[in-house]
Amino acid sequence: MQQAQTLYEKLWSSHVVREEADGTALIYIDRHLVHEVTSPQAFEGLKLAGRTPWRTGSIVATADHNTPTDHWDEGIKDPVSRQQVETLDANIRAVGALAYFPFKDERQGIVHVIGPENGATLPGMTVVCGDSHTSTHGAFGCLAHGIGTSEVEHVLATQCLLQKRSKTLLISVDGTLAPGVSAKDVALAIIGHIGTAGGTGYAIEFGGSAIRGLSMEGRMTLCNMAIEAGARAGMVAVDEVTINYLKGRPYAPDGAAWDQAVAYWRTLHSDPGARFDKGVNIDAATIRPQVTWGTSPEMVTDLDGAVPDPAAVSDPVKREGMSRALAYMGLAAGTPIKRIAVDRVFIGSCTNSRIEDLRVAAEVARGRHKADSVKQVLVVPGSGLVKRQAEAEGLDKVFVAAGFEWREPGCSMCLAMNADRLEPGERCASTSNRNFEGRQGAGGRTHLVSPALAAAAAIAGHFADVGELN
Amino acid sequence: MRAFTQLDGLVAPLDRANVDTDAIIPKQFLKSIQRSGFGPNLFDEWRYLDQGAPGKDNAGRPLNPDFVLNQPRYAGAQILLTRDNFGCGSSREHAPWALDDYGFRALVGSSFADIFFNNCFKNGVLPICLPAEVIDRLFAACLATEGYRLSIDLAAQQVCEPDGTAHAFEVDPFRKECLLNGWDDIGLTLRHADEIRAFEAARKAAHPYYFR
Ligand code: SF4
Repeated sequence: MQQAQTLYEKLWSSHVVREEADGTALIYIDRHLVHEVTSPQAFEGLKLAGRTPWRTGSIVATADHNTPTDHWDEGIKDPVSRQQVETLDANIRAVGALAYFPFKDERQGIVHVIGPENGATLPGMTVVCGDSHTSTHGAFGCLAHGIGTSEVEHVLATQCLLQKRSKTLLISVDGTLAPGVSAKDVALAIIGHIGTAGGTGYAIEFGGSAIRGLSMEGRMTLCNMAIEAGARAGMVAVDEVTINYLKGRPYAPDGAAWDQAVAYWRTLHSDPGARFDKGVNIDAATIRPQVTWGTSPEMVTDLDGAVPDPAAVSDPVKREGMSRALAYMGLAAGTPIKRIAVDRVFIGSCTNSRIEDLRVAAEVARGRHKADSVKQVLVVPGSGLVKRQAEAEGLDKVFVAAGFEWREPGCSMCLAMNADRLEPGERCASTSNRNFEGRQGAGGRTHLVSPALAAAAAIAGHFADVGELN
Repeated sequence: MRAFTQLDGLVAPLDRANVDTDAIIPKQFLKSIQRSGFGPNLFDEWRYLDQGAPGKDNAGRPLNPDFVLNQPRYAGAQILLTRDNFGCGSSREHAPWALDDYGFRALVGSSFADIFFNNCFKNGVLPICLPAEVIDRLFAACLATEGYRLSIDLAAQQVCEPDGTAHAFEVDPFRKECLLNGWDDIGLTLRHADEIRAFEAARKAAHPYYFR
């Protein structure tokens, strides 16, 4: 009998082209996602070396990081951003691609949103992108991770990547999530538990009944943040939820090919008895809505909690890090989270900009209005298709009636490469994935939360329980 | 790629954990379509008191006197001493490009984030992991000694303190070989083009739906 394998081992071994004695392997890449920020130097390198792309049919490209989220009729005003987007345009038009969704295309959007929604991310694939949040695609039972620009060039030129096998970590979340607790809260709670380096060197598989109970969108949110736990790749086994999500998507197979694919995809789970290098068990019922208070995603606590006190920590490096974070965030130890007031709210990013996220936020906003003290509430759909769907459901009207701004798709204030950003000292409730110093604008202060909590903060003017809003 | 064999260099201590790639090179500089020129904006938000922007002349900008790289004793440092999880966050290769452009050839820390670690090797910058106790000791020595240097020998996989104390470090044999010789990964991989082609053909036959 064949030895019981983990999902990671199945994905890995089905992509090894060759392996050196020291374990360095050449891994075949099925899907290459490309965006404007990390690809120009790779295309240039390729050209300088007189090389041509190996298989352009593996490429799915879009412009997302630099694109504005309003006044599309005026184009991209920032000349440096525009040059980058135009460079992508020129590169993709020169070499070709399976799919290209340029700026203003109706299917344009955040690279990690458009891959899955177009069925370009499929179970069993290796998926790479010059972007750390490529881990998102692991939600489909594929091996997906971010790469650097030299590796983008390597994949363009060879369709392969040099890799070493990761160790495996199984994070099991079992039981039932409390009402109002979302995949984002699960992700933050896991990071709070294992730390931002807890997954370094591992490929994480998320399992357990609470994970099985998540929608594909929830699973994407969770895998998206695997990188915030230090792991290059996060993944969830294929099940009926995965298969139902993919059926009928533009680049998913159909007819006989669909049946053949599904038969294979159903094998993409860890076998009973498969051995992982490490395991972490979390009881779903213990997870509360989460809010970060510091400048690293592991600096997180419950909505009902308070800002912790560095003085209570014995490790000097950690204590110093906490003190620095509190100074940057302008917070005093002991402050209840619910007493922290926000200046702006951002609902979007590859973590939480899909239709389900927007539905949750709209439910909270429905019939309510943002607090006067909140300067701006940005709602940025993850893609043109998400935007269209939301508008078909009337969510845009709910947001606008609540005083929120309904924008065009893109990365937006997740990393503030376009005009959407925080001013120095401003505090933001954000559904994105990184609360690093300056991430949403120099001097800006980011608190990571779920879409429900972001909308609740917009209404209350401070962090609040959805149930406590009037 | 530039080869890395041995280095005897001045050490600059950056005593922080979880230094992310946004801090190493802030996002506004990612709009460049070049690979070089990022050095003046390395650690931009910590290094300067005003806000940096692409194309802005950095020469006249007010420096933050408290930031370690601005202290004259660390001018010309080639080795950066760091703490845990250095290079976490975004996969931007602009981070090692900026470190390299500034003049750092090696990084010594207790742990590095995966993607960043990998990106360093692709750019001839050597990241070295040493146990936390050793890192503590190096920080203490570096802060106490003006002109503190370390010497690194990649072939021997050793970091030597000025008094001769040597610390062995691990490095992946394949990466080591590439770095010692300055080999370009793509050229190496393309030597196996036939194998890649054969693998691709077999995969296409077994799973045609991945190749539309
Ligand atoms: S939404 Fe944010 S995290 Fe996601 S790809 Fe865009 S910039 Fe990166």
